Amino acid sequence: MAEKQVIDARGTYCPGPLMELIAAVKLATVGDEIEVLSTDEGSASDIPEWIRKVGHQLVSTASESGVWHVVVRKAK
Amino acid sequence: MKILIVGGGMGGTILANNLARRLCGEIKSNKVRLTMLSASDKHMYQPGLLYVALGRAATDELYRDQASLLEPGIEFHVDPVEEFDLDKNQVKTKSGKTIGYDLIAIATGSRPVPEEIPGLAENSINVYTEDAALKFWKTINAFRGGRVVITVGVPHKCPMIPPEVTFCLYDFFRDRGLADKVSFHYTYPIGRLHSLEPVGKWMQGEFDRRGITYETLFNMKQIDGAKKLLQSEEGSEINYDLLVAVPGHRGMEVIEKNKLGKGGWIPVDRNRLNIEGRQNAFALGDTTNIPISKAGSTAHFEAEALAENLAAIVKIGAPVRDYDGKVFCFIEAGKDKATYAMFNYNNPPDPKPATKSIHWFKMAYNQLYWASARGLL
Repeated sequence: MAEKQVIDARGTYCPGPLMELIAAVKLATVGDEIEVLSTDEGSASDIPEWIRKVGHQLVSTASESGVWHVVVRKAK
Repeated sequence: MKILIVGGGMGGTILANNLARRLCGEIKSNKVRLTMLSASDKHMYQPGLLYVALGRAATDELYRDQASLLEPGIEFHVDPVEEFDLDKNQVKTKSGKTIGYDLIAIATGSRPVPEEIPGLAENSINVYTEDAALKFWKTINAFRGGRVVITVGVPHKCPMIPPEVTFCLYDFFRDRGLADKVSFHYTYPIGRLHSLEPVGKWMQGEFDRRGITYETLFNMKQIDGAKKLLQSEEGSEINYDLLVAVPGHRGMEVIEKNKLGKGGWIPVDRNRLNIEGRQNAFALGDTTNIPISKAGSTAHFEAEALAENLAAIVKIGAPVRDYDGKVFCFIEAGKDKATYAMFNYNNPPDPKPATKSIHWFKMAYNQLYWASARGLL
């Protein structure tokens, strides 16, 4: 059964939202969803770019009160 | 009240010493019993491994007897935990003892796992263990020219190792008269040269000045040792003559076996460090899942905050402060210059140009570390 994990990377600088996502994707099972919360503006473009390059699914992106919510599904 | 600390690295040792001093009276009057369990009777200064790898330190300089670093009043046993039962407030050790506690702090650290990438362990060098650092030195000592490629796994401890190992190797080969025979190609998993944006920008200038090429959004997938070919998840391929790895890491196996956290990373509150859902169980250092640098300084500052809180729980029944996310990392920028990055949850880093004086401060800290471990600095 697919799991959903939330990574709260708000206010963190190192290793940062994308690296936390990469680490989480490594441990996840295909079909699992990972939501990243980030206050780093760059995440809004970095994460989708990486997802596209490696072939996972970008489920959704949204911004609310300065916090980016990016949901990714592990596809392979 | 029984306080149990599991793990004798930086975080566990500073926590134990800090607590022993804060609860000196309570320990003497037997109101508190403070116990530390570790897998080793030795304490290693892990940042020293970089210097061993570069031929600038001997391995015996990295170790002190753990017992010699501990305040009186700490009951120390080399008897690692094999089973955690947080519901019953007890652990079971390798020797078969069952030890109960009222408060527990888990500080078991992390370990490199190069074997998780096909071909990486046997075809690369790294600085993360004593054996690896010695192999690193022997390899670079014999290297006479070619393409050095740096590859970085996720997650990893000591986030400054990727730039440090690159700059230090650059100077190492230049000093041996091999500058025109050795080229460097640096890769990094995200879209810039370092997770810290200011550090990445600083590195870019330094790399361009030295002619070090780089490629970002590069996560290693496998290594073909016969072809000396590094392949990425993103579809890139890079030829190398010498592959320098920063391997991915996991928490200790005991954490995973006891289902305390996926990958060995224990979920904790980022400010109070209590394990999610528990008020009497805490974790600190590399083994937490906090999205923060896995670094000695993180463990150090977490230990200080947690010691104050555990002492407050004993004395007044409640914690009193938050860990604010503070991290401080030196960055060696070659053989004799360094800078540093200092930040917390609310304040980003602002690294200054590298200087000789900061490098010498780092050299001094390599010795002062033992005072930090004793909770004095």
